[in-house]
Amino acid sequence: MSDFPRAFADAMLSTVLDVAPIVVILVLFQVAVLRRKPANLRQIATGSILVLLGLTLFLIGLENALFPIGNTMARQLTASATIGAESLSDGVHWQDYLPIYAFAAAIGFATTVAEPSLVAVALKAREVSGGAVHAWGLRIAVAIGVAVGVTLGCFRIVTGTPLPWYIIAAYVVVILQTFRSSKTIVPLAYDSGGVTTSTVTVPVVAALGLGLASSVPGRSPLIDGFGLIAFASVFPIMTVLGYAMVASWLSRRRKSKLREEA
Amino acid sequence: MTRFAALMVSALRDLAPIIVVIAFFQIVVLRQPFPDLLGVIVGLLCVIGGLTLFIQGLQSGLFPLGEGIAQSFGQKGSAAAVLVFAFCLGFGTTVAEPALIAVAAEAADVAAEAGAIIDDDQARDSYAFQLRMVVAVSVGVALLVGVLRILKGWPIHRLIIGGYLMVATMTFFAPAEIVGVAYDSGGVTTSTVTVPLVTALGVGLATTIRGRNPMVDGFGLIAFASLTPMVGVLGYGMVA
Repeated sequence: MSDFPRAFADAMLSTVLDVAPIVVILVLFQVAVLRRKPANLRQIATGSILVLLGLTLFLIGLENALFPIGNTMARQLTASATIGAESLSDGVHWQDYLPIYAFAAAIGFATTVAEPSLVAVALKAREVSGGAVHAWGLRIAVAIGVAVGVTLGCFRIVTGTPLPWYIIAAYVVVILQTFRSSKTIVPLAYDSGGVTTSTVTVPVVAALGLGLASSVPGRSPLIDGFGLIAFASVFPIMTVLGYAMVASWLSRRRKSKLREEA
Repeated sequence: MTRFAALMVSALRDLAPIIVVIAFFQIVVLRQPFPDLLGVIVGLLCVIGGLTLFIQGLQSGLFPLGEGIAQSFGQKGSAAAVLVFAFCLGFGTTVAEPALIAVAAEAADVAAEAGAIIDDDQARDSYAFQLRMVVAVSVGVALLVGVLRILKGWPIHRLIIGGYLMVATMTFFAPAEIVGVAYDSGGVTTSTVTVPLVTALGVGLATTIRGRNPMVDGFGLIAFASLTPMVGVLGYGMVA
């Protein structure tokens, strides 16, 4: 940690470069098209600087503390699972990788709960819905979706079954759920698929996929290493729609019970 | 100050699962001590502090910014201006995205391995660059269509399901080695700064335009941004 100031400066620079296109576009449109200064410019500027600082600190912490352990762990777990000699002699058994599925589910859930962009969408959803959507409930639903998705994605890498089967089947389920769900939750559910795969989740999940694909006999990291992100983006849609269905069913039941009692 | 402390506590709660999972697998499953425990603790403190500042800045900076822009566009009443803005925002935030640059480079390796392109540096670089452009244009188009949907009040599920059908159909005609890359490209395009801004923009537009419901019409921009890159990359795979 002795070179912390340097690491901070590096991370800050890369965050600033990341955000630069957004700032350029915003300023350009503000000056050339809208021709008006935003009313609360000072507050927005302070807030944006906080976002930059916060993101920089966040990334440094992740890169120094969590990513190295997460990656080493993914590598050690995938390597230790293949040691079993009998599993090598007569092909690959998906049961040999149980600790990996457990790790995939746990880490998928945990990284999603910490995902800042999901926090943002959940806060916005609570505000817009006037509290009808619980920020925490939404995030848990999304995290469960990512956990299921990443686990199934690991199962796919181990068994070597084609990726499109899973994703297209997941689409069919989402489409069926869409027609059974209330119109107000559908857009939010679709959005929650895209926000899960961001700063925290992608690096860890990608490392898991690549590690697994290179250690399972007969899989190539180049071909089979892809696809986990896709799983992590489709399954949250399902769980959020499911969460909304369960929540509305519970409230309907509660209401009818109240009516009976009355 | 109490507000800041509350944010800090909720940041700690957000990170608790990661800490528990990593500690459990490290100590119980892998049975190994933590390498560089001090470094890990300092790193965790950075993560917690960072998340706290980010969420504070989100509510005082990024959300008002997105809503303010949506309002100014709404008062100006020019649909063309807001559509051009949406495209620029999508294209501009995606084209330089580090996650996308990494995925595009890997995709070029896959294509070279599979023999779809000549296996030398120049061919790979140009493949990766074209792929990045395809994804960036796709995200630009996504936000453009998404904003158009908010303006017109189209129901989102028809567009998204239509997109799914396109992805499913194109999967059968695209070369097998591009499919994994294409499916993943949808997830890597939405960065941590873009998501709050775009969400606030959508909700702001739906609030400003009469007859739109922010819950029904405001969300959904991110969904488009994760769908169109799949269509774009599959299409690129079929043509290239």
